[in-house]
Parts: sequence; structure tokens; C-alpha cells
Amino acid sequence: MFAYYVRLALKSIRRNAVLSSLMVSAIGIGIGACMTVITVYYMMSSNPIPHKSERLFAVQLESWEAPGPYDLDNPELLPELITYRDAMNLLQSDVADRSTAMYESVFTLEPENPDINPMLAIGRFTTADFFSMFEVPFLYGGPWALDGNGNPPEDAAVINFETNETVFGGENSVGRTISLDNREFTVVGVIDQWQPTPKYYTAHNDDFGQTDDVFLPIVINESWEKQNFGNTNCWGDTPMNSFGDFLNSECVWVEFWAELSSPDKRAEYESWLQGYVAEQKQLGRFPIENARVQVSDVMEWLEINRVVSEDVRVLLGLAFMFLAVCLLNTVALLLAKFSGKAPRVGLRRALGASKASIFRQNLVEVGVIGLAGGAFGLLLAWLGLRGVNAVNMGRYDRLVDMDWQLVSFALLMSIAAAIVAGLYPTWRVCQVPPATYLKTQ
Amino acid sequence: MLSMQHISKVYRTDLVETHALRDFSLEVSDGEFVAVTGPSGSGKTTFLNIAGLLESFTSGTYLLDDQDVSKLNDNERSRIRNQKIGFIFQSFNLIPDLDLFDNVDVPLRYRGLKAAERRDRIHRALETVGLASRMKHVPAQLSGGQQQRVAIARALAGEPRFLLADEPTGNLDSLMARQVLDLLEEINENGTTIIMVTHDPELARRAHRNVQVLDGQVTDFRPYEARPVPVADTESSEAAPGA
Repeated sequence: MFAYYVRLALKSIRRNAVLSSLMVSAIGIGIGACMTVITVYYMMSSNPIPHKSERLFAVQLESWEAPGPYDLDNPELLPELITYRDAMNLLQSDVADRSTAMYESVFTLEPENPDINPMLAIGRFTTADFFSMFEVPFLYGGPWALDGNGNPPEDAAVINFETNETVFGGENSVGRTISLDNREFTVVGVIDQWQPTPKYYTAHNDDFGQTDDVFLPIVINESWEKQNFGNTNCWGDTPMNSFGDFLNSECVWVEFWAELSSPDKRAEYESWLQGYVAEQKQLGRFPIENARVQVSDVMEWLEINRVVSEDVRVLLGLAFMFLAVCLLNTVALLLAKFSGKAPRVGLRRALGASKASIFRQNLVEVGVIGLAGGAFGLLLAWLGLRGVNAVNMGRYDRLVDMDWQLVSFALLMSIAAAIVAGLYPTWRVCQVPPATYLKTQ
Repeated sequence: MLSMQHISKVYRTDLVETHALRDFSLEVSDGEFVAVTGPSGSGKTTFLNIAGLLESFTSGTYLLDDQDVSKLNDNERSRIRNQKIGFIFQSFNLIPDLDLFDNVDVPLRYRGLKAAERRDRIHRALETVGLASRMKHVPAQLSGGQQQRVAIARALAGEPRFLLADEPTGNLDSLMARQVLDLLEEINENGTTIIMVTHDPELARRAHRNVQVLDGQVTDFRPYEARPVPVADTESSEAAPGA
């Protein structure tokens, strides 16, 4: 019977093309608005590394000075970043399966080929474990190797796909050189296309930006002395006459991540961190009495950093309210359409259709209208998302892509919304006494 | 098979009570062809709607195949309408955007028959009314008489025990009306009970029995032969084949 009902629905939609188009438009506009916001919300709040997110932990230490909290608006929050000293100390620990520290810097990149203009490159100083922890895919080569003393080469660089395209035309550039701020580096690896969304490993800053162009070993900067391009927050009156003073200061500017394979391991690591803080206290650091430590897995970290902003949540609520208004209009249109169907309903009832049959038949019609509205809404959402991206000059390129799950969700939501809107009109038409219209058709 | 005893039907509004039927009693046996006549507003259609389970009644008893229909719920009434009763309406009541095949198919769909059996019944029904070759046409492509024949085919396809016809020739010219009447007689001869509402005495003469309704009551239900023939109608009544 379902196929029969669908066929009747299509005929009915064709018969009342104007009313049906209005309904499809009303649902489509509501779904389009909703899906535009939902897509952005979904992509913002999605798990960027679902199979591993519960094993990767951002580390926070409350090294901040009392009495003022680090974040005046959210005094319960710990600094998102840690000091360079702490980062280097934590890297020595063997409690974590793996760990990495990182910060951002900016260079002028001069290609080998003199025909290619020098360019600005965003770089990331980090450790070799960064690549395995965050499962960075390599197109050519790999991370830099450590020598027998655990030191990285002084001139090793990993570049990303886009940089390799621009500088080397996409060729295998392993072994070739690039110049960063007049210092020669040898390419040891080229990252394949890789863009976690959100960019969780540095979620406190530019959550949805491009991945970095160049990755360099963190320790080489102790002597190279390139400034941190990311956030730096300092307290106290530490004298800073040299880069070495900055590295030894209580300024927080380094992101730190640990890979912990189990909940037990997490508990063990937290305990170890507390021990570390107690040890540092004895050295006169961590002045807050009960200085806290915190490890947060990927999704907890995104929540702490409010990757999904309050504005987006408000916008989501407004979009659903707009959909509700569109559905109210649909209810009115359905009432008009179904009142015109009353004679046919009376005839079908006379010929043996039960109220339940009529209800199902008309609900299928409403569902078909909902499906069409959903398809139209998807088109509008696609245009809306392109608009959002255009307004933001392409910054949200990856946020505006709808995957098959979102498309399915949109269609299901549209059908469900239409059915909800259609329940009352459908129930009303089922109450038509069969005999009423038979004489007047 | 159809027994109505002391049926009354009252339509009530805040201000007015209208008695469409009052103390209406009628028995119809298997295989009969009964014409129900009466002036407009006399209650003929109300009677037919109640007989066809399209309307409920206010009081009285209605037994259909010895079953008290007042005790049936909506689903059971729908099932009986679908399985036992065929309807023919004055304005044909075909669905305009369905072709003849699909129009005849409507009641069979609700019967839950398999596709092959439905197809078979539709072909037979349309052949019976002489329209099998036009089953892919839509009603608008047919004359009024042909449309009424499609409506008859729709009623026949369900192989009903009885056929309720409400002014079946009211919208047809005399030639078409005669063809439709011939068809109804043929159906009746094959065993289907027919109750036909009409205010046309010519048509009523072709029935086995004529029931007159006036002010919601049966005033006369003699076989046609037994009724006094009005002088002005003598010639046509003699010519009537059902007389």
C-alpha cells in the first residue's frame, strides 16, 4: 500500500501544484536555515580524531600566581598553556606513552627556485612525537629522526602539502632545502593533505585555521631564538633581558599533550603531575596553595576552549524557532489543501477506506512534501554555507561541507517536521463524514 | 438480507431539529431490484446513506445479513462497505486524475487483494460495462454515460452483495440513461440486489418493487404491477420492460 500511497501523493501534489510548492518552499526555507547553522555547529563540535580522542590529553598546570585568577571571567579555568620549563620537564617523563610540546612561529620562506617569490610561512616548533600522536599522514618521508642522545637534527623540517605544492610543485622534496629567515633547512618529510577540524591540537587559537606550513624541532629554537607567534601570558616581575630569560620565565606559551593508553594510565599521569607540582613548589614555584593539574581528552579540551561559541548556540536556537514558524505556515497550507480533498476522502471512505487508511495515505503525502522540502532546504543550506564562507573570506572552508550524515539528517528532519505539521490537518480530514460530499461532487 | 425497523434519523442544530427519517421500516430480500422514489427532501438519500453505512441513525434497528450494524465500529463499517456494498452516484464520483483502471482499483486496494487478482477483476468489470479498451483513459475523456458505466464497473469489481444507486441516471440523457438501466438490470439478473433511489417514475417502473418515501416515511411498497398506473403514464408503463 505504501507505494500506492506514494503514487497518490505525487498525483495530489501535481494537482495542487501552487499550494504544494508553497509548502515545499516553507519547509525548505526552514530546513535550509536550520541546516546552515546545524552544519557549522556539527563541524565545530565534531570529534576530529574519534578513534583516538580518549587517549590524547591536553595538559594544564596551575602555575599562575595568586591571588588573581588566570581568567577573570572564568576563575575556575587553568591556563591553557604551560611554561617552557615545565614543558621540557614533562617531556622527560616516561609515565605517558608519548608526549609533545609545541608553539607557533612565523618565518619568511625563500624557495630554492628563485622564480618563486619568498612567502610568509606559519611554523610550529614541536617534537617528533607530534606526528605519531596526532596521526599526521605523510606523503613523502617522515618525521625527523633523533640521534643516539635523543636530539633532533638542527636543520630538519617537515612541510605540509600546500607548501610542497607551492615551493616544489608537488614533487617529492625530501632532501631538498628551504630557507626560513635566512637559515637553511632540509626537508625530511612532506605531510599529505591533513586538516583536522577543529584544529584541536591548538584549539585555544585559530580553531578552524589551516594547518601549519612548516614543522621544526622545538629544541633548535633555544639557540635560534625565534619569537612565539601564539599567545603568551606572563605574571610577576621576572627580569627578561634575553631569550634565555624568556625560556626560563613563568610565562605560559607552550601547548603540551600526552598520549595515555588507558584510564589507569591517565590516573597515574595525573598523580605524577601532582607530584611534579609538589616538587616544583619546593623550588619556590607554583605559588597557589593547592595548585591544580588537569588533563583533558580531546572533546573535553574542545569544550574547555569553547570551540563552539555561545553565538553559534544562540543562532542554532533561533534557526529552530524559524523552522517552527515555517512549519506553522505549513500547517495552515495543509489545512487549506486537505479541506479541498474532503470530497475525495468522502468517496474513498464510501468505497471502503477506513479512517486509518485515509490517515496513512495523507501522512505519506505530507512525508513526500517534507522530502521535497528537505531537498530544497539542502540546496538553500548549500548556498547559505557558501555565503557564510564567502563572508569569512574562505576561512570556514571545511566547516561548510555537508557529509552524508548531515544530508540524511536534513532529509529525515524535514520528513519528521512535515509529518508533525501534518498531523492535525490529516486528523481533521479523516473526520470527514463519508456521505457529506458524495452528493455534491 | 436488509431489514430496517422503525428507523429514525434526526439532524440537530442549536435551534432546529430536522427529522429526515421517521419510523422508517423496510425489508429487502436477496436478488431484489427495489426502486425508492419520492419528492426531493423526502429522505431517499438519507435512507440510502444509512443503508450503505455511510451515516448512522438516531433510533431503530438495522440488520444487514442478520448483523446489527449499530454495534459496528468505524473499521467494521468500512470493511462491510468495501466487501458487501457497491455504490453508484448521480454525479459518478470518479477520481478525475486516475485512469479508468485506477478508478476501478480503488475499492479493491482497500480489500487487500493481490495485484494479479485485482487486475483480473478490473478487466472483467470494465469488460462487463464495455470499456475494457479504454482503461488507460481518464474520466474527462469519456461521455457522461461512459463515466457512469465506469462507476458501475468500480462497484461491480468488488463483487458486492448489493448495489446502492443514488439517481444513477440523473445526469444522463435518455439514451445513456436507458443503457445504464439495461446494465443494472443485467447485473440484477446475475443475482446482485439493487436498491435504486430515483424520482423518475419511468425508471422506477423497471424495478421489481417500488418503495415510495414521503416526509421520511415509507408510504407505499407494493410491487410495481400492483400499483395503480396513472393515466398519463399508461403508454410508457406498458412499454417498460421491468413492468
